[in-house]
Amino acid sequence: MKYCVLVAYVPDTASIIKIGGAGNRIDEGGIKWIISPYDEFALEEAIRLKEARGGEVTVITYGPDRGSTGLRECLARGADRAVHVMGGEATFGDAFAIARVLAAAVQKAGPFDLILCGIKGVGSDQSLVGAMVAELLDVPHVSGVVKLEVGEGSLTAQRDVEGGTEVFTAPLPCLVAAHKGLNEPRYPSLKGIMAAKKIPIETWKPADLGLDEAALGGAEATSRWLKLELPAAKAGGTILNGEEDPAGAARELARLLRHEAKAI
Amino acid sequence: MALSSLDLYNVEELYSEDERLVRDTVRAWVNERVMPHIEEWAWEGHFPRELIPEMAELALFGSTFTEYGLPGLSHVAYGLVMQELERGDSGLRSFVSVQSALVMYPIMTWGSQEQKDRFIPRLARGELIGCFGLTEPDFGSNPGGMRTRARRHGDRWVLNGAKAWITNGSIADLATVWAKDDEGTIRGFLVERGTPGFSTVEHKGKYSLRASVTSQLIFEDVEVPEANRLPLAAGLKCPLSCLTQARYGISWGALGSALATFHATLDYTKSRLQFGERPIACHQLVQERLVWMANEITKGQLMVWRLGRLKDAGRATFVQVSQAKRNSCWVARECARLARELHGANGVVNEYPIMRHLMNIESVYTYEGTHDMHTLILGEHLTGFPAFMPPRNEG
Repeated sequence: MKYCVLVAYVPDTASIIKIGGAGNRIDEGGIKWIISPYDEFALEEAIRLKEARGGEVTVITYGPDRGSTGLRECLARGADRAVHVMGGEATFGDAFAIARVLAAAVQKAGPFDLILCGIKGVGSDQSLVGAMVAELLDVPHVSGVVKLEVGEGSLTAQRDVEGGTEVFTAPLPCLVAAHKGLNEPRYPSLKGIMAAKKIPIETWKPADLGLDEAALGGAEATSRWLKLELPAAKAGGTILNGEEDPAGAARELARLLRHEAKAI
Repeated sequence: MALSSLDLYNVEELYSEDERLVRDTVRAWVNERVMPHIEEWAWEGHFPRELIPEMAELALFGSTFTEYGLPGLSHVAYGLVMQELERGDSGLRSFVSVQSALVMYPIMTWGSQEQKDRFIPRLARGELIGCFGLTEPDFGSNPGGMRTRARRHGDRWVLNGAKAWITNGSIADLATVWAKDDEGTIRGFLVERGTPGFSTVEHKGKYSLRASVTSQLIFEDVEVPEANRLPLAAGLKCPLSCLTQARYGISWGALGSALATFHATLDYTKSRLQFGERPIACHQLVQERLVWMANEITKGQLMVWRLGRLKDAGRATFVQVSQAKRNSCWVARECARLARELHGANGVVNEYPIMRHLMNIESVYTYEGTHDMHTLILGEHLTGFPAFMPPRNEG
């Protein structure tokens, strides 16, 4: 079996976000970059499948130079091959352009039996790329998967829905977008990190895939980020000191809940 | 906890990509697996033995070696591992130091092929826990005066004596023990748990390294086969060179403790409001202490980075290691003390990590060569005069 995992290298979810430059991008200064946590589930699943059944795991990312650090971490966790499609500046935030690049990269790097990705990168949170890649490749996809069984030529995947579980079967090749709960991702081992140093990362440009990145981000663009705004600052809470006069504090709390918060 | 706020000299750029990945991996593991429980473990005096398989899975034991499928980390990467472990707790770092630098290192350096084959893979997998017996109840800074004796009887050696302050002692499966033979030469022995006459007693009542086991080792006519003697080890220089390895790790580890107390203090002083609902970090006296901590940590990081690169090039000397161990432990001890002051009363309760680090670092400041002994090592290097022995009245 050949597995392909699409990974996004995104700001750490604990980052303090500031808006930079033209007001439509975040300020990348001081940001720590991580493999998207949902993509970690996808990678872990691929590695477990490989360990259980044999095969090869290829990871692909599309983005600027720093993406190779993310790929190196994927190799350290047990991926066998890594492809870095360099670029992403012109197509920033345009899910369809990103999907076109990734789909072309999957085609060039493949064929694969199973393509995995996270249900979303935690960058723009649109949850679009996985399904778009599947459509572009003309393969079925199941999105938001929390349990996966891969058989001969087909898979069974579960997704959680309000109040229940949906079970899908799909023929291979297929794309699966992983959700939290699919597995518990491992830490890379120090041995894996050192072994990963010896694996060369294949570096491609969109042009190597027959794509014109300037056109993808220009005439062919389907969406653009116009403006980012931070949420309004939260007002500080009110603390009632009940130590000296608990009854008075309770009366005041009831008054605030009734008249200020209008909760009762 | 944001750590990026303390990289005033872009130290980050001095590490390679894989060194950063090693550090971030251990950092994430410590954050998830150690931090949520460490105050309770320390309070209860519990060594988290249950973490050993995870540490082995991460390949934390003997990680600088390449043989037996070990990772072959650079010494800078190894140092960063120590830093992150001790950012969690000095006891945890001590465990890994002992296993790697004081048990696997001497076997790899002076052991026979059979000893390596027999013990290294199991030590790496954490199936065997090791300890290192050099210090004795009456011989700490002066280990050459040891009283533990090894007398040869044919193909066996008989050990008698006692070792003290031994990290992992009571839980160890394998003790690297140093003893003098009849000629007065110090030799190394691998004493296995369960050998008749070999017993351990835990040091009770420790206020420091409470999440780590510290014990006495007692040898009463303990018979050790010649096959368990380290064949290539002879003389005090052997255990001392083990200590140089361990001290190297401590020089990084202690800065991890300093990073922990500094960052806790930075967070605390920016959120603790006094005098007109303003953070205490507004005060000049508070800032002076924060700057002191940040400044010394930065200098320490540059020192241990340079030492690591020298070590990777095979050029680090024991004098340099002494200097770094001495400096880092002093910085960490001062940082813990300043952190305690700036946390006010909160600095003495275990809702904050300060008192634990403060008490831990007292041991780290003292073990593996006290601050003063490292001062004398440097003093001898600078002046040519060894000042270890007090002058005697020859009259």
